[in-house]
This record gives sequence, C-alpha cells and structure tokens, in this order.
Amino acid sequence: MRWPFNILCAIALILHFSHTLRADESLVTDISSHLISVTSDFTGTELLIFGAVKTADQYGITNHGDIIVVVRGPKKNVIVRKKERVAGIWANTESVTFADVPGFYAVASNRPLKDITDDATLRRLRIGYERLNFSSTSSIADQQPFEDAVIRQNGQSKLYVDSESAVNFLGNALFRTTIKFPAHVPVGNYIAEVYLFHNAELISAQTSPLFIKKFGIGRRIYEFAHKHPYLHGLVAIIISLLAGWVASAIFRKD
Amino acid sequence: MPVYLPIAEISVNLFLILGMGGAVGLLSGMFGVGGGFLMTPLLIFTGIPPAVAVATGANQLVAASVSGVIAHWRRGNVDFKMGTVLLVGGIVGSALGTWIFAVLKTAGQVDLLISISYVLFLGVIGGLMLFESVRSILKTKKGTIRRKKLHQHYWIHGLPFKMRFRKSKLYISALLPLSLGFFVGILSAIMGVGGGFIMVPAMIYLMGMPTSVVIGTSLFQIIFVTANVTFLHSATTQTVDILLALLLMSSAVIGAQIGTRVGAKLKGEQLRSLLALMVLIVCGKLALDLFLTPEDLYSFGIITSKAGS
Repeated sequence: MRWPFNILCAIALILHFSHTLRADESLVTDISSHLISVTSDFTGTELLIFGAVKTADQYGITNHGDIIVVVRGPKKNVIVRKKERVAGIWANTESVTFADVPGFYAVASNRPLKDITDDATLRRLRIGYERLNFSSTSSIADQQPFEDAVIRQNGQSKLYVDSESAVNFLGNALFRTTIKFPAHVPVGNYIAEVYLFHNAELISAQTSPLFIKKFGIGRRIYEFAHKHPYLHGLVAIIISLLAGWVASAIFRKD
Repeated sequence: MPVYLPIAEISVNLFLILGMGGAVGLLSGMFGVGGGFLMTPLLIFTGIPPAVAVATGANQLVAASVSGVIAHWRRGNVDFKMGTVLLVGGIVGSALGTWIFAVLKTAGQVDLLISISYVLFLGVIGGLMLFESVRSILKTKKGTIRRKKLHQHYWIHGLPFKMRFRKSKLYISALLPLSLGFFVGILSAIMGVGGGFIMVPAMIYLMGMPTSVVIGTSLFQIIFVTANVTFLHSATTQTVDILLALLLMSSAVIGAQIGTRVGAKLKGEQLRSLLALMVLIVCGKLALDLFLTPEDLYSFGIITSKAGS
C-alpha cells in the first residue's frame, strides 16, 4: 500500500543526487534498478550495471580504456573479537572497534586492478577491499589481523566480492557487469561508482545511489520491534498465548 | 523454500525451521519438558544469532507451556498456589538474568556464557537422570522394588515462613519454592529455556512434590517466566523474532500432540533414560565447541546501525 510513496521517495533522492554528480560526456552509466526490495521471499538478487565510453576522439576508436565498478554498502561500526584459550576454554579476549566498515563491498573491472592504474591512485579512491583501511580508536598495536578477519569473513559470506574480469566490453564503447547480492545483504543506502581510466589515468567517474530496503510484512515487523519495543514484547506474548490456547483447543481429546 | 526472518536478518529454509519445531515439539510432548534446551542450541546451529535464538526460544515456549498447562489443568494436575510462589521468585530471577545478559552482551561474553551454562546444566542433569533411570531399570529387572516413604525430612523442612500447599500435599517453607523459582528464572533469561529440566527434578527430589502435579505446576509458572523473558528481551535488545517464533510454534504444537501419545506407550524409566541420553548429546556437542580450536579465531558483530532506513 505504501509502495508508490516509497518509490517516489527513492526517485526524488536519485534526482537530488544526480545534480551533484560531475556531468561528464565521456562516461554514461546506469543501473538496472535503483531500489532492491527485501521481501519475505528474498533470496538475493543481481544488478546489471552498464554504460558507454565516449573517448574515441581523444584516444582512438579501438582504445576503450579501463572500467572499474565499485558498489559500497551502508557503513557500520563493527567490533572484532579475538578468541584465546583461557583455562582450556576458547573465550573472547581482545577486541577492536572499527568505524565505518561497509556492510557490502563489490569491485568489478575489465582486467586486474594492478594493470589498470598504480596502487596510490587505487588507495586514494579506496578501490579494492584490501585498501579500505578501516579506522579504529583501539589501543591494540597490531590491528591488521582484526581488519583481515572482517575482510576474510565478509568474503566468505559473499558480502565482499572482488572479480577482476567481470566487466565485459561489447564492441569498443559499451560495457556491462553484474553484481550479485546474497540473501543476507544488509539493508540501507548503497553507492555504485563507475571509474573510467585511460593509460592509468582517471578520466571520468560516475556515482549513483542504490537503495536496499525491507518491504512488506518483514519491514513492518522490524520497524515495529525497534520503534515500540515494549508494545512489541506484549504483542509477542499475546500471540504466543493465543497460539498455545488454539493448539490445545484443536487437539482437545474429549 | 526460503523465508527471510525480519529480526534475525537472515534467510532460512522454511521446512528446516518447521521440521526443527516439530522434532523438538515431539520430544517435549514425550518427555513433558518444554524443549527449550534443545530448541535454542538447534537455532544457533542453523546460523541464527544466539541472542535472537534465546529471546525467540523464550517466546515460543510461552505457547508450548500454555497448551501444556491447559491439558494438565483439565486433569486437575496444577498446584496454582505453589506455581504462584515459584513465579514470584521466577519474575525477579528473570529480570536479573536479562540484566546479566545485556551486560555480558556488551562485553562480548554472552555466547560463552550461554555455552558454559548449557554444558554445565545439561551435563549435571543429564548425568543424574541417566544414573537414576538406569538404576531403576536394573532394579525392575531384578524385581526388588521398595516403596519409598511418603515424606522424608531434611534440614530443608526446618526453614521458616512455612506454607501449606494442599494440592502438592506439602507443608514447607515458602523460601524453598521462592529461591528455586528465582534460580530457574535467571537461567531462563540467559539460556532461553523454560527451565523445566531443572525445575521438574528439583520439585520431585528436593521438595518432595507428587510427580503427578509437578509437570503441570512447573509449566504454569514457566508461562509467566518465559513471557517476562520475552518482554524484557524485546524491550532491551529487540531480539524477539515473531515470525520465527510463529513458525516454530505452529509445528511444535503438532509435534507435542504426537509426542504425548507416543510417550504414553513408553515406561517412565525408559523415557527418562532416553531424555538423559539426548540431554548428554547436546551437552557433548556444546562442550566440544568450547574446547576444540575454532575454525576462525576472530568474530565480528555490528554495534550500532548507521544505515539510513
């Protein structure tokens, strides 16, 4: 019932964002959908990111340059805990808190990132999850293993994806790639970035917003639980009281 | 068929969840326990966050105990006075337990606490039950059954604030059921269980209640304790997943009805030894996880959501 309103909101936001983008003739891109809805039967989805390169005048018609696509998920504060043996039992001991860790991060390019440009540029643009460089306020000296753990585990659960051949050029101007989102993808505001490089130099960049939202009954339950936790608790109890009573009424022997 | 759980924020297989609910319901119907001690670990094994498993397990138990109590109440097997005294202790205990849970959750030790409590209690209760039931099976085989005295007197009977519980045929200090309720209340909040597996043996062996009223009475007070735990977890940590609870309830009640019928055909000692074995298996699995080197030494969790929606 509230669908049209949500979509309108999303469109309004997209329009708002696209004003702030650098209007550049050399790169035109779009996404197959700017709004992914997580409903109760959500099993993950794929997005198509595509576009056209218009640099034939400067670089010649056969040189289409290199494309890197980055999709960044909503940023979260994350606490990483390390287990150690304490009196024979594995218990959490040291912990490091990282601020602004993306809940999702996907990179796709038409060839290995190292062949496209130098490490300093990639680092500046934070392309490639080994260059994300999480910030933390913890006093533990060696935080690298903690950072690696976040990247490793997000990689295992397909939330951090890195594919260096996923961008395909169709002819000399058109390119496309698909980004896969697993079922447990975090909801929130995403950004899809497309970079165009020529001879290791950044020529153009486009960013567009992307929204992953819960819809339907799942979203209502989530919002209800978080906005009215006391009422939600009462409702949960009443539902289970009724369920128990109904069950015993159905299975009554006499 | 996958279902997206709104609070657990993961997608699970509908039939796996229904099957788990049904299986736990079957066992709880057979043995007359809530089954929370099986449900919560099973949910955790499926990948549901432990905090959600505990809170949702408690919610599911409300339904299971209500349908159990109604059945026992029809047969007149509920001591409401005893239940109320246990309950007073239980409410205070579960409030303290939820508080401990919240504190340890921020300290990152809640998973460890849940595991250790499970290993400890399941190990002790399972071991004692197995020992007792095997001994009585052996005795029945030898044919030497001695009738126990109706009442045995320990130091417990010397405590003050005595109360008369007609249905339980007891005249004991109110402190005893109060503190038992309190203790089990703490465990309910921490472990996501009704506590029947501790309450029932304690009522029989410690307080000397007649076995016929024990299950109904323990279920009666478990309704309120688990309802309290559900409410407190919902209010403090927002970890009650109603959708998950509903799925578990719907299949657990069916399983419980079948279980009750199967259970009626088995002998008491056989039932108890089977239950004891099951308790020990769950305990063993959890103990292994505590002692074996984990696959990944690091684990991470999200603290505060910064997402816009």
